[in-house]
Amino acid sequence: MLTQTERRRGIGWGLLSLAGVTLFVGIAVAALLSWDAGNTQSRLFTAYTWQILRFTLLQAALSTLLSVVFALPVALALARRPSFPGRIWIIRLMALPMGLPVLIGALGLIGIWGRQGVMNSLLLKLGLEQPVSIYGLSGILLAHVFFNLPLAARLLLAALERLPAEYWLLSSSLGMKPFSVFRFIEWPAARRVIPGITGLIFMLCATSFTLVLVLGGGPAATTLEVAIYQSLRFDFDPPRAIALSLLQIGITALVLIAISLFPAPDDAGITAGRAMRRFDGRTVPARLWDTFAILLATAFLILPLASIVAAGARANLWSLVTSAAFLRAAWTSFAIALSAGLLAVLTSLAIIAAREAVTDMKQPGGTARAFSLSLGAMSSLVLLVPPVVLGTGWFLMLRPFGDVARFAPALVAIINMLMALPFVMRVLAPAVETHRKRTGRLAASLGVSGFSRVWRIDFPVLAKPLFTALSFAMALSLGDLGAVALFGSSDLITLPWLVYSRLSSYRTNDADGLALILGIICLGLTMIGTSGQREAKRG
Amino acid sequence: MADAVALDKVELKLGTKEFRFDCRLPAGAVTAVTGPSGSGKSTLLNLVAGFETPDQGRILIAGEDVTEKHPSERPVSLIFQDNNLFAHLDLATNIGLGISPSLKLSGRDSTAISQALERVGLGGFERRMPGTLSGGERQRAAFARALVRRKPVLLMDEPFAALDPGLRLSMANLLADLHRETGNTVLVVTHDPDEVGRLADHAVFIDHGHVLLQAPTEEFLTRRDIPPLAEFLSG
Repeated sequence: MLTQTERRRGIGWGLLSLAGVTLFVGIAVAALLSWDAGNTQSRLFTAYTWQILRFTLLQAALSTLLSVVFALPVALALARRPSFPGRIWIIRLMALPMGLPVLIGALGLIGIWGRQGVMNSLLLKLGLEQPVSIYGLSGILLAHVFFNLPLAARLLLAALERLPAEYWLLSSSLGMKPFSVFRFIEWPAARRVIPGITGLIFMLCATSFTLVLVLGGGPAATTLEVAIYQSLRFDFDPPRAIALSLLQIGITALVLIAISLFPAPDDAGITAGRAMRRFDGRTVPARLWDTFAILLATAFLILPLASIVAAGARANLWSLVTSAAFLRAAWTSFAIALSAGLLAVLTSLAIIAAREAVTDMKQPGGTARAFSLSLGAMSSLVLLVPPVVLGTGWFLMLRPFGDVARFAPALVAIINMLMALPFVMRVLAPAVETHRKRTGRLAASLGVSGFSRVWRIDFPVLAKPLFTALSFAMALSLGDLGAVALFGSSDLITLPWLVYSRLSSYRTNDADGLALILGIICLGLTMIGTSGQREAKRG
Repeated sequence: MADAVALDKVELKLGTKEFRFDCRLPAGAVTAVTGPSGSGKSTLLNLVAGFETPDQGRILIAGEDVTEKHPSERPVSLIFQDNNLFAHLDLATNIGLGISPSLKLSGRDSTAISQALERVGLGGFERRMPGTLSGGERQRAAFARALVRRKPVLLMDEPFAALDPGLRLSMANLLADLHRETGNTVLVVTHDPDEVGRLADHAVFIDHGHVLLQAPTEEFLTRRDIPPLAEFLSG
């Protein structure tokens, strides 16, 4: 249905972006592999790397287990209480950690669970000797649960809400007791999505960088990503960084393969407040239990957020915002985020156009099909080769050519772009597909093509999803510490890097103030994004 | 009568389904393309429109070989079951795109658009958005666009299937009036035997990707010797 020109153009753009991304990732990996290979091999499995590897897997497994186990009762309770006061706000609250820069969340958690935090003073007053430690394994687990419990709860809730309303009518007319309802209705629905959720969260925790950097420390509580960073930044031991990077790629590859065996959890149907009538759980103990579960989860999520606001408000925000350091960092962050966002959107459009061109072919040959597949895989390449590994590769690659800091802004922007790509694709690909289904044949039959089609037919309809994708990508880049950590220097200071360096130099007051500002910016961008998405769905 | 549309030994394979069409449709007449669902009637229309290209054989419109031509280069207008209008553009723009895909319109074109809207009973609706119209009104607007395009062939894929029975009747009358005025060739896909009788001079019956019968409507509706057709006609 596409004209010859359109098809050629789509394929061309796709080839260009595929080549670009493959080269960028390929050069990084090649740099890692070619650096003194003999030395690396002997470093692959030392007592040190074993310890790091074990801890990475252990904390990821425990974090995943705790997140999912605690999320289940919360999701069940929320599903059972469609008219819980403020339910819609609680569900929205659960979306917040997703849009919050990880570093900011960590600060909030320290505010509540830290040595001087609210929780430990409370426990001390109760006469408990050993307060909770926010550092080390317990802190990492706490933080991972903070970020991933709401994610798991939302996905589980979506699965429960997708059940037909007749199930609840039927179960009550059959006189099913709560345990039977759980066994025959709720659990089977949850069980279908739990493998996917588990895989997703395990992946997030196994590659988590910022939280472990801030809350971990020492070889006893360090993950692969942080160990790579430390080997380069502090010990300057490239062979060790390379060995760890290869281990990291191996682990993520294994996890990705495992995940691909399960159906992906579908959050497309995350409904906020669809009217569902439940007739079970009307007894007093059931009500109490559900209220307890919901309130506990809400408090667990809201306290660190409140702590960010309270601590941030204590700082002198005005002088912070007008300080030269902030303005410079904000400008750098904005420039990087905008380039990363625009690049991510353009690359996604190129991928979509090329895949469309292949689908449009009458009989796509093996090459064309492989091309289309690799385009799809390319958008998630960053999951396989995490940002720190990419950064390490390029760091080693560019070092012979002078000061790496000169290339740093571009590298950070490109790495951020790759990180945003899977999210941007998830927003844009379905939007473009629906739009094409609606208008493709019509536009082709009228001969509306080229600029006229882009300007009159595509842009007015796709402006909203494009904007959504851009603001998501920018929020992600603005809040990211992982890519900038390797390259941060006096020449390259982004907002998260500024917060982190203020935190490391114990200027916590400044860090709190900056964290509040950065958190508001990122959440604002995410909210703009989601509101656009919601309207797009309605339209 | 010359052949307006000819499918010359056309073969096509889509997935596991195989189609083979070999037929000539008379010019200036309304031909109904009909058959059970999944038989390939929309595929036949897509082949003529250019949304599918045959593996074998040729497609001719008014004697010209259009087999390799892009949909926009074929002398046809199209009306689908729905999504005939771009939802974010007003009616005048939607119809104007039928005259010029880059929307370069002269004053005379604008007059033509208003007249076409008037003719289909939507006078004064130039600035209305498709979303504010009823389903029947949207199909009328699609008719108006087909009018201004002045193409010799009009292809319609179940154009009234989404409308109420009463509306279907008045749309059929509108189609008949417009056809009398323009004298163009009309191909209309329908799964409804009543609609065949109401709209068409000729009918083509398709089953499992093959043309089983092509006949004038009176004969078509009384034939009982072809089992799939008999079953189709009995409802």
